[in-house]
Amino acid sequence: MAQITRFFSFLLIALSISIHSLHAGEPELAIKLVIENHKFQPETIPVPANQKVKLIIENRDATPEEFESHSLNREKVIPGKSSVTIYVGPLKPGSYPFVGEFNQTTAKGVVVAK
Amino acid sequence: MFSTALIVFREVLEASLIIGLVAAATRGIPGRGRWLGGGVLFGLLGSAFVALSMEQIARLADGVGQELFNACILGVAVLMLVWHTIWMSTHGQKLAADARSIAGDIRDGRRALSMLLVVVAVAVLREGAESVLFLYGVALSGSSSIGEMAMGALLGIAGGAAVGITLYLGLLRIPLRLFFTVTSLLVLLLAAGMAAQAARFLVQADLIPALASPLWDVSGVLPNQSALGTVLHGLIGYDASPSGIQVVFYIAVIVAITAGVKWAKRSSLATKIATNLPTPHTS
Repeated sequence: MAQITRFFSFLLIALSISIHSLHAGEPELAIKLVIENHKFQPETIPVPANQKVKLIIENRDATPEEFESHSLNREKVIPGKSSVTIYVGPLKPGSYPFVGEFNQTTAKGVVVAK
Repeated sequence: MFSTALIVFREVLEASLIIGLVAAATRGIPGRGRWLGGGVLFGLLGSAFVALSMEQIARLADGVGQELFNACILGVAVLMLVWHTIWMSTHGQKLAADARSIAGDIRDGRRALSMLLVVVAVAVLREGAESVLFLYGVALSGSSSIGEMAMGALLGIAGGAAVGITLYLGLLRIPLRLFFTVTSLLVLLLAAGMAAQAARFLVQADLIPALASPLWDVSGVLPNQSALGTVLHGLIGYDASPSGIQVVFYIAVIVAITAGVKWAKRSSLATKIATNLPTPHTS
């Protein structure tokens, strides 16, 4: 039991330190992309590596879409005619493909971290 | 039609695995069929409601309402599973061994089932809402006829259900001696996996730090989107490239349940000794 208590206090301390450092961080970078006719625009999204990035995705179609990326470890429904926010990263340099799961044949894109 | 079927299948699969596991884990508890059916029904009603209000949910909290919503309902499911596993650790064996001798436990059993109703409802609600939104999109875009879409959806649901039933029947074949160990372990890992998923949503919403993203990446060996990866994701929360905080949540739930089970066993043993009852099993 003492071990568990110790584990949880360690966890809490680790969490509070990291939340603290998070809020002391630099201003975030926001990038906009648009879904139109079941396609992402732009399809290639360059982002700085090792930095958290805020993606603002606007769905101009009437139909809902699901942003999904296994390499980014993200998944989120974007209702028709609305805008959502997804935070990604900090990413190591590389390419991170994503798709619109509901229209996989047309809705494809890639985040490139440099 | 087949693309519709495939997407619906993938959504249904996760809920179906959870129902299969919960159905097996509640073996021997009277009236469980009604409770599980109730869970599915509530989940279906809820998913229609969530799909309808997705726009409002998405707009909440500066565009991260969806993550908050998902994390909250996953959190509720985790709490229910934690409680259930701890309760089953002292009652489960008795329930399966002799369903008639548990008259005094029926009220307790009902409480355990109501917890699992919530878990089933949450699973159906999450995956169901996504299916409804997807099908709504297909219907709206007019890319396939309503009949074709309905066929696709039915095929997907049938396929997903078949996997859940297979899991259920497979679990029932486990000898009774091992049955509770195996199902309890699976329920424990299911709870841990759900907690990790909740953590992922909170990171996605930038509400908690990722700690390390990813902590490791084995997507070259077993990618999330592979068949085995998908099943393992639904069942034990497999993630090829988890962030550090996901692993922390996963381990925290395992530690919490293990500690809870130990405590429950010790206190039930203490009660037995105190009241000088003969103990049927000593394990």
